[in-house]
Amino acid sequence: MNMVNAKINNRAVSVPEGTSILHAAKDTGITIPNLCYHPDQEIKANCRVCVVEVDGCKTLQAACATSVREGMVIRTNTQKVRQARKVVVELLLANHDMNCTACKKNNHCGLQEIAANLGVRESRFENILVHREIDTSSPSIERNQNKCIKCGRCIQMCAKVQGLAILDYIGRSGDVEVKPAFGWYLGDVACVACGQCSVVCPVAAITEKEDIERVWEAINDPDKTVVVQTAPAVRVSIGEEFGLDPGAIVTGKLVASLRALGFDKVFDTDFTADLTIIEEGHELLERINHGGVLPMLTSCSPGWINFIEQYYPELLAHLSSCKSPQQMFGALAKGYYAEKIGKKPEDIFSVSIMPCTAKKFEAVRDEMSIDGKNPDVDVVLTTRELGKMLRQAGVDFNQLDEEDYDAPFGLSTGAAVIFGATGGVMEAALRTVYEVVTGKTLESLDFKAVRGLEGIKEAAVDLNGTIVKVAVAHSLSNARKVMELIKSGKAEYAFIEIMCCPGGCIGGGGQPFGGTDELRLKRMDAIYRADGALPIRKSHENPAIKKLYDEFLIKPLGEKSHHLLHTKYKNRKK
Amino acid sequence: MNKNACVRKLLTKRFGEINPGSIDDYISRGGYDSLRKALAMSGGDIINEIKNSGLKGRGGAAFPTGLKMQAVKEAGGSPKYIICNADEGEPGNFKDRYLMENDPHQLIEGIIICAYATGIKHGYIFIRGEYARAAAMVEKALEQARIRGFLGDNILDAGFDFDIDVYTGAGSYVCGEEFALLVTIEGKSGRATYKPPFPTTCGLYNKPTQINNVETFCNIPHIIEMGGAEFSKIGTDSSKGTKLVCLSGNVVRPGLYEVVFGTSIKDIIYGLGGGIPNNREIKMIQLGGASGPVIPSDMSDLPLDYASMRENDLNFGSGAIIVMDERINVLDILKRIIGFFHHESCGKCTPCREGLAQTLILLDRFIEGVAVEKDLALLGILIETMSEASICGLGQAAPTAIKKVLQYFPEEFQSRIHATDSAAV
Repeated sequence: MNMVNAKINNRAVSVPEGTSILHAAKDTGITIPNLCYHPDQEIKANCRVCVVEVDGCKTLQAACATSVREGMVIRTNTQKVRQARKVVVELLLANHDMNCTACKKNNHCGLQEIAANLGVRESRFENILVHREIDTSSPSIERNQNKCIKCGRCIQMCAKVQGLAILDYIGRSGDVEVKPAFGWYLGDVACVACGQCSVVCPVAAITEKEDIERVWEAINDPDKTVVVQTAPAVRVSIGEEFGLDPGAIVTGKLVASLRALGFDKVFDTDFTADLTIIEEGHELLERINHGGVLPMLTSCSPGWINFIEQYYPELLAHLSSCKSPQQMFGALAKGYYAEKIGKKPEDIFSVSIMPCTAKKFEAVRDEMSIDGKNPDVDVVLTTRELGKMLRQAGVDFNQLDEEDYDAPFGLSTGAAVIFGATGGVMEAALRTVYEVVTGKTLESLDFKAVRGLEGIKEAAVDLNGTIVKVAVAHSLSNARKVMELIKSGKAEYAFIEIMCCPGGCIGGGGQPFGGTDELRLKRMDAIYRADGALPIRKSHENPAIKKLYDEFLIKPLGEKSHHLLHTKYKNRKK
Repeated sequence: MNKNACVRKLLTKRFGEINPGSIDDYISRGGYDSLRKALAMSGGDIINEIKNSGLKGRGGAAFPTGLKMQAVKEAGGSPKYIICNADEGEPGNFKDRYLMENDPHQLIEGIIICAYATGIKHGYIFIRGEYARAAAMVEKALEQARIRGFLGDNILDAGFDFDIDVYTGAGSYVCGEEFALLVTIEGKSGRATYKPPFPTTCGLYNKPTQINNVETFCNIPHIIEMGGAEFSKIGTDSSKGTKLVCLSGNVVRPGLYEVVFGTSIKDIIYGLGGGIPNNREIKMIQLGGASGPVIPSDMSDLPLDYASMRENDLNFGSGAIIVMDERINVLDILKRIIGFFHHESCGKCTPCREGLAQTLILLDRFIEGVAVEKDLALLGILIETMSEASICGLGQAAPTAIKKVLQYFPEEFQSRIHATDSAAV
């Protein structure tokens, strides 16, 4: 690797050729403010906050877009630089809804932070914001253009990672807006509600639809039994909302914090993740043994469901009929659990804490109601919203003692925890399917071939002499590749796991802001550590699951399962 | 002044003397002889001739054409592209239109020679949408050139394949900016991007690309014909050859003039343009077009010459000279200029998108007489930020006229500062 030598603020630096000034400065302990830059995205260089002085250049240079060259003399903190950055931030603020205290991202806003750091307290320019309608048409995502700074991070995320390009620039000059084509509402276009745009938005232009107040109302309603479920990925990310390192495993504190908020019962989606493995595993074997449609595709990820229903409805027969763990839980909460505690389904208020925005859409689907009237999951909160609720209630998350989940939906296995990472559902399924089919005990439970951030992963297992090939894909641009492979008849897999979000649910659209691969890897590592630390790591060995079948469901794919745990997906092509 | 002293017809020598729709007319006047000569030379030799000629890009940036060609030739990657920027959108400029409408084969010949020298097989001429007539003339000329074997496979049996497509813009000014132009050809909306990398290494479809202005290409056949050394005898030390000047505004004879570099602005206005109607006084002269600097009349002795301009922190862009006499209202002119750029900004980067809107607001305060002292300071730092921090030439150059008015005509702003406030300050 060729190294280049330069000076940043009179300090010598030596960096690999091609290193940006932004990164080189970081190495010397200088953080150059930036808004449009995102480490996993292409350079955009449009916000112009990161400008620096480079000797010999006529104009200021964007630190994100300029590579360090041999002999370069760079200054990051001259009067000229400071003035330009301030003016740029003031210009943004002068076309921005500056009501920070009323903002959903107050204290979590990149623009606010940079303005504070630069000492910008008000804009010297006249505020020229033309208030635009807030787009609340999607059940998952809210778009507030009055906050948008046109940085284009959401555009790149949607186009490059998800391969959808729902959002793009419309118009030019002062008329530039970031919108779906023709200015349509988000709810009217083929958006999959994955929320990845909201994860990378540095301001509050794209956020999840906030449902916190409805939960407070339910908690304070004496007639309601409020139950809550927590998705696998939340236990390795909620700590970030309270300053803990990404990848901190805080399962026990999470449970304690939910009790502190006043939830009557704190359950674990991991329980129904184990249940999913039993149902989905048997569905797979059924298909393999009886000539069903293969490859079978997983159905846990609602963003992915939105994708296949809208973009590849011709492949719906490949989709497992299993509901997602969230919806299996919802159905059991309103069915089995209500009955068990002697309540009517409508007296149960069912909340889920998800790393996901598409789950909000899933929860309001007509199919997801066992009585046809009330949704099985009443409210979905994202990890970020839970962070807000806890702050609203003054819960000191880091000081809480660890607590355990409630029975009967509290006991789960390592196989369920790994649902949170790409490849996890596949690995969990293989652990169970192998043992069910072969009757042998797996020597190693770790299917490392399906772990990690590679876009499409493959593995093969020997089931009593039959080699079963499987594949795993995450993010929709990879899902699209797999769909095309299936359509071309070249997909020789029996089973394919697809997760909508990059990295799987740990990189979900409802997770704490940032959305970098670095962050995802840390959360992913935590997921596998959590799996390894659990006494039971195979879904079919979960005693609570066994009990549920004995007491209530009778058998996998049985009549009760069919009614409560399975569903049909439909062609929603737009 | 002897007006013939400054005139040398090179690029315009056939104007009015040939039927621009006839390739035979062009050939009968020596047309495509330079191409034949070039095809017998090596690409490296051609580039050397162009380097020796001292030719600099006529689009405004004045980058040495020979160096650009060498960079493209040496750049890794294939295929490579050659693009003629005929998106002449800068208000006050019309030379490229004249070149395309009056002698389209001269342009085509120049592009073919460059493509041969740099080893490029595919070219585009990007013509602004409003230039329907020029586009039709060029299309027709291309077809004639194909029939005669100047374009297509195995050109003139020299074993060189090359063709050119015409691409018309949709009327956006920023598409004259080279990266916005490139992405438009790629089918995307015309927005600027950062550089480096420059198009010479990473241009159309991320491939090495030579982009030059119409006038630049039109010089090429003449350089090949007379040799680089001979060409370099025309003009001044820093500026070789002739320059097409688009003279407009309050002059008796506005129009297109071809002058030798070194001719003074005054000689162009008074000698060629016949001075100001009714002998009125000049208030200011804008050089290059809407994005160019303005100067007072007492600076009109300045020669049209890159070095002299640079010494005075000026430039003449692509060659417009807009004369404004004593009757004009300077701030109204500035408002119109900024209004134009505000309309044409692509909206990608903050300083340009937001800065132009704020510049208009501040200008209005002066025009309405409600400005205060601090508005002047704010305007100053705003336009400095725009020219320092914008992503492309549009935002960087848009406030040039304001900057120069503040330098040469500060009273235009000072006199409009609200009296009560200045008393208070």
